[in-house]
Amino acid sequence: MSFDVRAIRADFPVLATTVRGKPLAFLDSGASAQKPRQVISAMTRCMESAYANVHRGAYYLSETATEAFEASRRAVQVFLNAAMPEEIVFTANSTMAINLVAHCYGRGVMKPGQAVLATEMEHHANIVPWQMLRDATGIELRFARVTDAGELDMEDVAAKLADGKVGLVAVTHMSNVLGTVTPAERIAQMAHAAGAKVLFDGSQAAVHRRVDVQALDADFYVFTGHKLYGPTGIGVLYAKHALLERMPPFLGGGDMISSVSLAGSTWAPPPAKFEAGTPAIVEAIGLHAAIDYVTAIGMPAIEAHERALVEHAMRKLSEVEGLTLLGQAQDRGGVFAFALDNAHAHDLSTLLDRAGIAVRAGRHCAEPLHARFGLEGGTCRASFGLYTTPAEIDFLAAALVKAREFFA
Amino acid sequence: MFDDLRDLYQELILDHGRKPRNFRRLEDATNHARGDNPMCGDRMELQLKLSGDVVEDLGFQGRGCAISMASASLMTETVKGKTTAQAHALSDRFRALAMTGACPECGADLADEMERLQPLAGVHEFPSRVKCATLAWHTLNAALDGGKEASSE
Ligand SMILES: Cc1ncc(COP(=O)(O)O)c(C=O)c1O
Repeated sequence: MSFDVRAIRADFPVLATTVRGKPLAFLDSGASAQKPRQVISAMTRCMESAYANVHRGAYYLSETATEAFEASRRAVQVFLNAAMPEEIVFTANSTMAINLVAHCYGRGVMKPGQAVLATEMEHHANIVPWQMLRDATGIELRFARVTDAGELDMEDVAAKLADGKVGLVAVTHMSNVLGTVTPAERIAQMAHAAGAKVLFDGSQAAVHRRVDVQALDADFYVFTGHKLYGPTGIGVLYAKHALLERMPPFLGGGDMISSVSLAGSTWAPPPAKFEAGTPAIVEAIGLHAAIDYVTAIGMPAIEAHERALVEHAMRKLSEVEGLTLLGQAQDRGGVFAFALDNAHAHDLSTLLDRAGIAVRAGRHCAEPLHARFGLEGGTCRASFGLYTTPAEIDFLAAALVKAREFFA
Repeated sequence: MFDDLRDLYQELILDHGRKPRNFRRLEDATNHARGDNPMCGDRMELQLKLSGDVVEDLGFQGRGCAISMASASLMTETVKGKTTAQAHALSDRFRALAMTGACPECGADLADEMERLQPLAGVHEFPSRVKCATLAWHTLNAALDGGKEASSE
């Protein structure tokens, strides 16, 4: 199937919006992506005709809903190329998935004296849970450095793995600020050689690239539905089955047990063990529709479209006088954080909003990374989706030139 | 492209944003407070010199967008020489102005001061920017209330 961005844009009702009379240029998909009609109608259809609680009722509607919910799990399995559907745990988002690992693997399986190795380019969601683990258990927390070009310093990774204490490497597969795609396969090899497991935060990467958890040999891989053109409220933890079996449960309650007496309970096998309570049923249906949507277009086609956009944006943005781009990694995706010499990020985003351009301003939940680059005051970030066009990037570049004149 | 934004970014605001007044450390401060806007990373350190109940001098340092720097700069100019009660009254009125664009309680007293702050009234049309304008005034309240150490976090 060829990539037709006009046809794709027609699938997203919100893209027809005007902002104060100007067509919307939505360049904040990295924070959360817009939704195609296919996702919206799948969720509506579920609520109109196929909704009931799952895993509970022996009646038609509940069985239908349960089948649709489990079909979503199988779709995620195929999307990530996991070995079996039982390796897919539904969570609320990436944040919850990482917290689940910090709790169930960090506290439940790791031992004091071991360490977690994260990096300077992590989102707060892949920093704070490890700090909480450290503070509660005494497990050490290390951070691998980022180079000036915005790449992971692989020598530093090797150095920090060298003493064999690291039990888990927790690293982003693609930075939400620098756009850097990390060498995941190599990281996994290095982690495993040092006796550590590896978790990839795929919140950004899974949207832009084909992910194959078996080829990566990932132990844990997380992503979040709302960035993948799906609904909020649903995320995914992939984990190797043997690990899920070893890990104690996360939350306690209905659905995660095999039997309960007042004296005690036994746990259901994974993934149910990690899915206490009524799950996000409609959202799982929406996520399934989103996966079907991107799969029909084809992840390789999406990746090719975005590579062209990235090249275009690199060229256009580097022509803007006074603009500093954060991150110049060789392998990067469609996320561009930048600062203008005479305008604060916040003022800049207010101006761009006037032109109908939606960008994010601030530190994008990556305060340590901004500190690393001496930009504590924050940056503006333009991030692309499969519906982004070169014309929108041209428009952004032109608006940045005008904004610089405005503040001159 | 941005002409209609001249209401928000008036020349006075751009000028105070670029060259904030009283942007300095006070050697003989009696009160200070730190203001943080964690959402966007704006941060300021405000110092006051109180003499009896008069705010004799103010100085601030920090970083932020044009709106927050200009607001802090104008705040220090307007509050200098006022009593603490007047400073509190200005703070209440300014925050009403920034949030609604109007100041119903602005009667005859302090009218000139409120007039000076009027250029910032435009932020009320930008809900995500109101906090930029009010940060300095929250920090002022904290410094006035907290004695030597206070924080508006
Ligand atoms: C790299 C990365 N990790 C984690 C997250 C957290 O995602 P969520 O807020 O959906 O849990 C995000 C999104 O903000 C992200 O970009």
